[in-house]
This record gives sequence, C-alpha cells and structure tokens, in this order.
Amino acid sequence: MPVKVSMTVNGKPVSAEVEERTLLVNFIREHLRLTGTHVGCDTAQCGACTIEMNGDAVKACNMLAMQAEGAKITTIEGIAAADGTLHPMQEAFREHHALQCGFCTPGMVISAIDLVRRHPNPSEEVVRAELDGNFCRCTGYHNIVKAILDAAPKVAAMR
Amino acid sequence: MASMNIIGTSVKRTEDYRFLTGGGQYTDDVAPHHATYAVFVRSPHAHAKIKGIKTDKAAKARGVHAVYTGDDIAKAGINGLPCGWLITDVNGQPMKEPPYPVLAQGKVRHVGERVAVVIADTLHEARDAAELVEVDYEVLPAVVNGAEARKKGAPVLHEIAPDNTCYVWAIGDKAKVDDVFKSAAHTTKLEFVNNRLIPNAIEPRAAIGNYSRAEDAYTLHVASQNPHVERLLMTAFVMGLPEHKVHVIAPDVGGGFGSKIYLYGEDVVVTWASKQINRPVKWTADRVESFSSDAHGRDHVTTAELALDKDGKFLAMRVHTTANVGAYLSTFASCVPTILYATLLAGQYTTPVIYCEVTAVFTNTTPVDAYRGAGRPEATYVVERLVETAAREMKIDPAEIRRRNFIKEFPYQTPVALLYDTGNYNATLDAATKLGDVAGYAKRKEQSKARGKLRGIGYSCYIEACGIAPSSVAGSLGARAGLYEAGEVRVHPTGKVTVFTGSHSHGQGHETTFAQVVASRLGIPMDDVHIVHGDTSKILFGMGTYGSRSIAVGGTAIVKAVDKVIAKGKKIAAHLMEAAENDVEFSDGIFRVTGTDKQVPFGQVALTAYVPHNYPHDKLEPGLNENAFYDPSNFTFPAGSYVCEVEVDPDTGKTSIESFVAVDDFGKIINPMIVEGQVQGGLTQGIGQALMEGCRYDSASGQLLTGTLTDYCLPRAEDVPHFKIDTRETPCTHNPLGVKGCGEAGAIGAPAALMNAITDAIGVRDLAMPATAETVWRAIAMKKAA
Ligand code: FES
Ligand code: FES
Repeated sequence: MPVKVSMTVNGKPVSAEVEERTLLVNFIREHLRLTGTHVGCDTAQCGACTIEMNGDAVKACNMLAMQAEGAKITTIEGIAAADGTLHPMQEAFREHHALQCGFCTPGMVISAIDLVRRHPNPSEEVVRAELDGNFCRCTGYHNIVKAILDAAPKVAAMR
Repeated sequence: MASMNIIGTSVKRTEDYRFLTGGGQYTDDVAPHHATYAVFVRSPHAHAKIKGIKTDKAAKARGVHAVYTGDDIAKAGINGLPCGWLITDVNGQPMKEPPYPVLAQGKVRHVGERVAVVIADTLHEARDAAELVEVDYEVLPAVVNGAEARKKGAPVLHEIAPDNTCYVWAIGDKAKVDDVFKSAAHTTKLEFVNNRLIPNAIEPRAAIGNYSRAEDAYTLHVASQNPHVERLLMTAFVMGLPEHKVHVIAPDVGGGFGSKIYLYGEDVVVTWASKQINRPVKWTADRVESFSSDAHGRDHVTTAELALDKDGKFLAMRVHTTANVGAYLSTFASCVPTILYATLLAGQYTTPVIYCEVTAVFTNTTPVDAYRGAGRPEATYVVERLVETAAREMKIDPAEIRRRNFIKEFPYQTPVALLYDTGNYNATLDAATKLGDVAGYAKRKEQSKARGKLRGIGYSCYIEACGIAPSSVAGSLGARAGLYEAGEVRVHPTGKVTVFTGSHSHGQGHETTFAQVVASRLGIPMDDVHIVHGDTSKILFGMGTYGSRSIAVGGTAIVKAVDKVIAKGKKIAAHLMEAAENDVEFSDGIFRVTGTDKQVPFGQVALTAYVPHNYPHDKLEPGLNENAFYDPSNFTFPAGSYVCEVEVDPDTGKTSIESFVAVDDFGKIINPMIVEGQVQGGLTQGIGQALMEGCRYDSASGQLLTGTLTDYCLPRAEDVPHFKIDTRETPCTHNPLGVKGCGEAGAIGAPAALMNAITDAIGVRDLAMPATAETVWRAIAMKKAA
C-alpha cells in the first residue's frame, strides 16, 4: 500500500507517495535524490546514514519514512551555508584530514555536530566514546577526534 | 616568481569539499534512467549439490523482468572468473585452477555463493521475488579449516584437486637451512594462526550494468580499485565482449583495502543482464552480503623457526605455512601467500638462509585474496614474533637483538629473491625508541604494577615491498598481467593541465598528491592542475591501485609524461626565443635561455602549441599532450619501527593501548598530512586484527558465524589510541621522486608490535589473535593454574 509522506528536508517542504516499508534513508536517497546520506550496513551500526531530525542525530536506515511524517530533517547537503561556505565542523574535518574515502563522512559530520551540541566542551575520551555509533574504516579516527575537539568551541559558539 | 615547489607540504585535499557536502558520487549514487534492481540468491549452505532450481514463481512475481541461474550463464557462453597469477608448484606443475563460476554450476562451495539473480523494477520487488526462488540442495559435509581439508577423507571441493590442495610451493635452500638448524646454538619455534579478516570497506560493493542498443556498447559503473583490469578480465577472459565497447567507470569509491581489486561475478551478471533485458541493472551489496561475498584476507597457519648463534645473530629461518584460499581462486589469491609473503621473510635482517614452504588449500569458505598488506603482514608477523621471542629466550634486549641483525649495507640481496635498494633501519628504530620514551618504560611498568595492572612493551620492525615490479620478473614468476602504470598530461591552450592516471583513488587523496607533483614540476599553481582517474574512456590504460603502488608507479608515470611535456615545451620555447634548444632551461614555470634574460612562461608555450602561427612546423607537431607508461625496475622497500605499550587488566583480560609509536621510512614524502592519515588508518586495521577482528566459521556446518557487524568486531574510535607518528627519509633509488609508498605499512607492522607487547605484559610465550579480553584472561588464568 503506498502511503503519502510529508516532511521538511533542508528547509524545503517535500512530500511523496512511497511504499509503507520504505526506509527513511531510501526516501532521502531515492526519492529526493539527496545521495550524500549513505548506507553502509543493515544492522544500524555504521552510522553512514546519520541525519539530523528535529534537532537530534538519528540513523535514517533505522526508521521508516512514514515515521518521519512532519519532521524537520537536515541532511549533509543542508549543513554548509547557502553560499557553499562550510560549517565549522566540515571545515575542521578538512583542516585536520579527518576523511579519506569520504563514505562515512556525512554521517560523521552530523554525529559530530550533535556530539558538540550535547557536550559543548568535550574531552578526547568523551569524543571517542560518543563516536561509537559511527564506523570509519579509513582514518583510524585519529584525525576525526582532532577535528571534533578543534571545532567544538566554534560550533558551540554558533548556538 | 616564487617557487611553486609544494612537494613535502601538507596541502589540504582538493577532494574534501565534495565529500564533506554530500557531493561525492559513489556507484550507488548513480541512477540511470529506467534502472532495474538485481538481488542475488545466495547459498545458505557451505557445501551442497544443486539438484534443481525452480524459478517460475519468482519469474511471475510483480515487477520481475528476469531470473537467471548458472544454466543461463553457461548457455550464454560466459566463462568462469580467471586467476591472474599462475603459481608453479614444487614439482614444476601448475597450480590447480578449478572453474570459478559467475553463478553456481551444479554445486555450491561456500555460504553466500551466488546461485541465481532476480531482476525487477524496484529493489523491494526483486527482494520479494528472490524469496520465491526454490533451490533444491543436497547438503554435503563441509570443511573450513586448511589443515583439516588436507586430511584423508576430508570433503572434496573440486574434482581436479582431490586433496583440496591448490599447490605446494617453496622458496629457498631447504638442505642448507636444515643443516644450519642442526648445529645452531639456539633455536626458537612458534606455531601461529594469522587470523582471517573481513575487509569491510564502509561503502559496500556495487555495480550497475547499462547496455545501449543504439551504440551496441556497455557501461559498467562499479566500486572498483582498478577499472581497466576489471574491463580486461571481463571482456577478454569471461564474456568475450569487444574491449572497446565496454566502458568501466569506478567513480568515487568508499574504501577498498584490497577487497575491490577483483573481478566479481556480480559485475559480470549485471553487465550481461542489462543487454538481455535492455535496461540498466543495478546491484548494491547489503552488509550481510559483503561479509560472505567480498574476498577475505589472511588465514594462515604457520610453523616458524629461527636459528641463532650464541650472540643472537640470526643464522637461518624455516617456515611452513598452510594458506586457506577459500572455495575458489579469486583474482590474485595465488600470489598473496607466495610471492607477496615468503619473499618478505628476511625482514630487516641479514638472515643468510631462509626456506619457506606454502601449501594453499581449498575450503568451504569465502575466497581469500589480498587485504591491506597482502602477504606482507603475515610475513612481518612471522619474523617479528620470532625475533622478539628469541630475544626473550636468550635474554637479549629485543631492540638490541634487532640492531645486531639489521642489514646495513645496500643494495642487499636477500636469500628470498628480493633486492633491497636502500634503507636505514637503525634510524627508524632509534627514532621510535626515543619517541616512545623506552628509557622511561621501567618506571611506567612500576606505576602500572602499583595500580594492579600488567604493562608490556613490544616492537615490530617491518619491511614491505611496494609497487610490485618489474613486469618481466613478475611474468617469469607467473603474473598474467603487466605491472606498469600509465599517465597522461594534457596541457590546455590556456596552460591549465588535466592529468589522467591509471592509478585509482578510493580514499588515498590522489587528486591532491598527484596535483602537487605536477604543479611542482611544471611550476604552476596547484589550482591549474586537475587529476582524473577511474574511467576507462578517459584514461588510456591503468593497472589500478593496490600494493601501495600509486605514487611510486602511477606517480612516476605522470612525472615521465610531465618531463615529455617540458621537453617539447623547450623546443617550442627555443623557437620563440630564437635560441638553440640545448640553451633552454626550465624552472618555476619559465623557459629561459641560459645566461640571458630571455624568457617565456609556460602558459605562452602552451598557447603557442595550440595556436601555432609562429611555430617550428618542420620539426614539431602542434599541441601539448603527452602520455607515458612506467614499468619500475624494482619494488620499493618502505620500512619502519613500531613500539607499542599496553596495559592489561589481569581481572578482566582487557588490553588498553597506552602508547603506539610508528616511525616509518617511506622515502620522499609528497604530502605529510596524507601520509600520516594513511599510517593512522593502517595502524587501526592492524590493531583490529590483533585485538578484535576475526572471521569465524562453524567447523561442522561451515556457517559464517561472524556474518554481520554485530558479530564481527570492527575498531571503534575508543578502541584506538592517539598515535605518535614520525618519519625518516631514505629516498628510493630507482624512481625520480624517490618515493616508496605508505598505504599498507600500518596494517603490516602493527599486529606483531601489539602481540609482542601483550605477551610481554602477561608473560606468556604466545597468544592467538585476536587477543580479545576473553583470550587474554584465559591465558592469564592458565598461567596461574600451571
Ligand atoms: S546504514 Fe544506517 S547505521 Fe549503517
Ligand atoms: S573516510 Fe572512508 S570510511 Fe571514513
């Protein structure tokens, strides 16, 4: 049975008819063609699909599109400023070489922003522990941790 | 004009902006108009006869276009997947090469093997219909362990290998080695398993076949590390398609670590099927599929012995390894436990004689092939665990025993075929012991003890061989492909430059590093250089990226093409300045007549080449576009020293890495930031192997027990320490950049350092990887009991 879903994605209202079993991540990738949100697993562990929903980082592979009815969603495509200027967290990732293949990166950046929202002044231990929902197979996390620690005060100041 | 030499500087990466903003284009992001979706029906059994497959229900299901089985593939005349390296066994016989079907033919030999494919309008429909395919299996006994598979009465996988043995191969002088062992003052013997690993690039494999009737040509988007080789194997060996009518694009690729080097059956199926149904066919693995169908890594069982004199000088090494290659021979499976393993057993040492025998065995498991390091981590583990153990037994400091045996004069011919061109092993070890404050270790151990913790220290001095070469030697050793690389430098009329490379970047940052090389050599801003990779219609040819070969081989091909551009530019400049060509020199982007103030900039020469009004037409063609192939004369030999300190909690067995120091010698470094990133990533995969990753099969049923991310433990951020990394620089002697390669070092060197540290901490001779808390705790308990 197709169902109608409506939500706001990156500031724009969107709606579509989807099969009931459509996952939110597939809705975002296939229907909206916002392919920056990635799929890296089928057990809700890798975090490549992380998006911001109603202010929280969530794994878009782990819920149905229907469950996001009326939600306010930001994907990686909506993180930089409208003129393309990178968000301080994105800039810190670039500055510290916190990405290699880039596949985990969208989810990492969104998780990192959420992390700083919850811990405005995190220690290295907190950053490492809080990243347990995001796998990166390339970087060894070293530079991701550095980037987050560096960006934290700047991101916290944005709020 | 300021020098444009940016070699050796940590330029920020060009590719990052698109990755950070969701603008990457990975295979699954490509959405051809009218695409259909493929779902593979895979074997739930490790070993079974296929008595029949009923596809009619599936074929009639909603949205389904086609269902194909092995019979359809056979009828279409599609061959099995080839192996790219022929190993000749100890009796001079070729290895056993059983057919590796694209879709199973009559029998399945591992869990996850492709049996059928269902293609439908949507992924949901294809999945639903795949459930309706009925396969009638007659389950056979399975064998998953290499040693078991060799035993009499073991289940036989392939008729042509009744003893499940692919080959028994050897290198070195056995008689001499045996002789030395008889009279040696000390011998050390260890038996260990190099645990099987599942690569787990975070981007799953994916492929989209797209046949165009209008052009009678195919396009294949695929998550691959080497699109040209993929095309060559697919067209010339498997499908018999005309090579020039197949366009392979490997766009942004989300990590590979070896697992995306190979030609896989899925790639063949989607390409072929797209013509059958005249629609694009898209397939993306889900993670569970990746676990059972991506080539695995390692899986060696080894007995290793070292003979020493009374002063700890190494006299001989003897190694016997059983390598589990899985159910079929994957693309480079045969050379990994031989050419890329046994030849590295000299390590950094002068061991005069070495003998190594390798038995490669088929089992009912996923095929094993090159995974980050490929043979070299296994060799380093053997050497460095042996050396450390010998040092402990002989009560010699482990750093000191290494120093006593380091190779100090180069070039050095090892007894296992390699010729090291250069190195400085004392330099990296000295630096690592300083950086790791080994001098203060005893005090830290006391402090740990006071806290009730067991502290240990471990070294690993690895060597690796990168940029496997030259083609002629590789060919004589059984390689069925060349091992050169191609590059093209296209100078545009405005002096901007597009560079095409046969190397492939799937995280390594070629768009930045290669641009630094070209910009520096041409003396132009880096922004004026654009790097293109991963597309067979744009790039003349390529062997792709693996074995840390990109900068040493691919980078050199580009340098050669740049030098041809400069050479032609000099001719044009000489004409413009009315000078003799020999009097023209080029530096910092400017052609000058030596000893005069006459000069023309690079951009003007480029424009002249394309607007050749005032031009030496009698001597020169217009245009400024050069390509080059580079076939190295030797491997490069990066080496380094790692020092690891761990603290083990005796109550829980949990290991915490207190310090991890890596000092590597990669020769000249183009971009230190990127190189450090490669080391950090490699170390983390090495730590993963040592502490948490291990593929397990149920020995009775052959089921993959670690088939999801909940069962197979990948390192998370809190599992790894803050690394201390440094480099030393002994330039490679046989390529113009002096570079060696850095992609695999961390994964090669780390496991031995960690295991040496843990065994030191808990005072046991050996311990199996992965050293999980349970493994360590049991070892402590056994020791107490004993
Ligand atoms: S795709 Fe959502 S957690 Fe892996
Ligand atoms: S950058 Fe490749 S997985 Fe994180």
